[in-house]
Amino acid sequence: MVEKEIEEKVYKSIVKTIKDAPLEEFYTSGHRTCQGCESALVMRFLAKAAGPRTIVIGATGCMYVANTTYYTTSWIVPWVHTQLGGSGAAALGTAAALRALMRKGKIKQEPINVIAFCGDLGCADMGLSGVSNAMTYNYNLVIVLYDNESSANTDIQETSMTPYGAQTSFSRPGKQRRIMKVRWKKSVVPMIIAGHRNVKYAATMTPAYPLDSINKFRKALAIGGPTFIHSLDPCPKGWDYDPKFSHELGVLAVETGIWPLYEYINGEIVYNEPTKSIIEGRIKRKPVKEYLEKQGRFSHFTEEDVEYFQKMVDEMYEEWEIPAVMPIKSVNVKISDK
Amino acid sequence: MTETRKIIEREVLMNGTQAVANAAMYADVDVVAAYPIRPYTEVMDTISKLIADGELDAEFIVAEGEHGQFETVKHASLVGARTLVGSSGVGWLYAMEAIVVTATDRAPVVAIIGNRALDDPGAYGVEHNDAMMVRDVGWLLAWVDTAQEAFDTTLIAYRVGEDPRVLVPVGISMDGGFLTHSEQIVRLPPKELVKDFLPPYNRGKYLVHPDNPITVAPQVNEDWVMEIRRQHDEAVERARGVIVEAYESFKKVFGRYPGSTSEIEMPENPFVEPFMIDDAEIVLIGMGTVSKPMKVAIKKMRNQGYKVGMLRIRWFRPFPTQDVIKYLSQAKVVCVIDRDYSIGSPNRGGVIYHEIRSSLYDLDQRPKVLNFIGGLGGREITIQDVEKIIKIGYEHRDTPITKPVYWVGVRGDPW
Ligand code: SF4
Repeated sequence: MVEKEIEEKVYKSIVKTIKDAPLEEFYTSGHRTCQGCESALVMRFLAKAAGPRTIVIGATGCMYVANTTYYTTSWIVPWVHTQLGGSGAAALGTAAALRALMRKGKIKQEPINVIAFCGDLGCADMGLSGVSNAMTYNYNLVIVLYDNESSANTDIQETSMTPYGAQTSFSRPGKQRRIMKVRWKKSVVPMIIAGHRNVKYAATMTPAYPLDSINKFRKALAIGGPTFIHSLDPCPKGWDYDPKFSHELGVLAVETGIWPLYEYINGEIVYNEPTKSIIEGRIKRKPVKEYLEKQGRFSHFTEEDVEYFQKMVDEMYEEWEIPAVMPIKSVNVKISDK
Repeated sequence: MTETRKIIEREVLMNGTQAVANAAMYADVDVVAAYPIRPYTEVMDTISKLIADGELDAEFIVAEGEHGQFETVKHASLVGARTLVGSSGVGWLYAMEAIVVTATDRAPVVAIIGNRALDDPGAYGVEHNDAMMVRDVGWLLAWVDTAQEAFDTTLIAYRVGEDPRVLVPVGISMDGGFLTHSEQIVRLPPKELVKDFLPPYNRGKYLVHPDNPITVAPQVNEDWVMEIRRQHDEAVERARGVIVEAYESFKKVFGRYPGSTSEIEMPENPFVEPFMIDDAEIVLIGMGTVSKPMKVAIKKMRNQGYKVGMLRIRWFRPFPTQDVIKYLSQAKVVCVIDRDYSIGSPNRGGVIYHEIRSSLYDLDQRPKVLNFIGGLGGREITIQDVEKIIKIGYEHRDTPITKPVYWVGVRGDPW
């Protein structure tokens, strides 16, 4: 059971319908992201959800390069750059400083949101140990992984978050080998929740579901402590599709089951729609083919590759102990029983 | 009438790292970020105990590595916290990316560098190459010689770095082992006086806070980097004047010149420590604790009629060019002892050697400059070594230099 106190906090923080969402924008004009950039929407939602008493820290990546061009910064709230692998430590330093300065009476006592974001390269690869360290301390901070599944700002290179088989400039199909990206994408949220007892809130999201996204930021800030949000962000440049399909791809990622939407709240997994309906068997997952065939980065896939991809996704739902979340199987199947 | 007040100092036995930790406590730091590596670590051991005992109210972050350690204090500093950090050897290098942006973001953190040889091969003895890695990226760098100087320089570092005319991080270097771990008597001034010397840290319009929603370190690309680099250089240049002010103010508030104790009378120059230099024909130059065998050897050789003196560099950035010119232009031979080495450098010598040669180049009459590479990896530079250096310097008074660089006491190398 989610504790009563947390339940109340969550209830108070959430926006019931999109019409109740604040009108003010704190991430606004001036950015130079690509047309159809979903990561830009992540920024917009997080700023909208957090409001003006916020400090945002951004690690090197698309959302640094495209958003903070000198003189045209798109941030209304204070914003600070951190190095590619620095988001965890930067968030820690900021939150620790605010706590010390307020306790010692050097600045006014008030809640100030600390949000650090990082791309997949910075967060899931280089900065992972820093993010993990931040998750072990009891400071109020949110770390957002905006995941466009490549190092998009440096010409679309493979990261550990690039999906199986996708083309990037580090994983180009060739005459000898069709699949150069042979690693399966990491599951970051499970890593965070399984390994960090202090974390009371973590979630996956994709900006194709705006209300869901805004509320996840709200809940992270309301519940407090170290919190983590992992967002899947369709990226027309890196994924190679017409920008008008960005939202559609986000929806398809969820409906095919590739990207489950869920929250971890104080020890419990809560699935969000439409993943909830999928898990509970009310709707069927769409074939992954519908998602893959719309993106140029999978254009070299044969039927076999699609089948393999489908098999891996099926496994997530059919064999994992916590469907689509934890890549572990039930302990009831003892090795000796085989 | 100048007001005279009786200042009673406490004498406490402590090593160089503990002296820095105590000074940071005096400075009322707000955020400390730690990560272990010998020999700097004891500063963090001490701070953690001071916090546990309630003597210091600060957040103590144990980082996941040195990169995180320095990112933590950089961001804490940008939101207005006074911070302490530090490292040694390869740990300092592991943090280098964060260290560089600490300077370019103009966060006046104070770092202690317990100088240590760089791996490989493994060694945890002193060598200055670690701290030298930041000589070109806009940090202020001081090399201290005694635990007293470590304590005093730490207070000065906060005052100078946080000065609105400067806003630059400060590194306090000390010889690993020889100073980090050797205990000496330190005179601790009354804590109440510190606020007369050290104003609260105030970032003004550069503070990151919701009331002041600025964007820090946006991408400027080719449009502004030149201007930003020059502003940074000008700030480091302005630090010269601010350092002088800080030393004078220190003397006024605490009643003694920084670095001096009852036993040691410190010449009143923040940047260099001249020793028996007035009539010296041969001047030895070094940084840090090498001054000890140098001073003993100089006294000894003076008795034998050698006109020899010493100039110890106290602030390496900004480099004391004018003081070097002032004290060296009358010398015949300058012998630079480098506890570092610059592989592939113009004269195949040490870093200080090249800086000294460069400082003297424009003089009409310049002394000859010899270089002695010694004490790498923590090897001792003995009094006998220094005596030999003085003799080699003496031989070159009237003879041209054929071999400018000597390695001190390398096996199989008769020097
Ligand atoms: S490359 Fe992708 S993530 Fe980067 S700005 Fe363009 S659409 Fe957004």
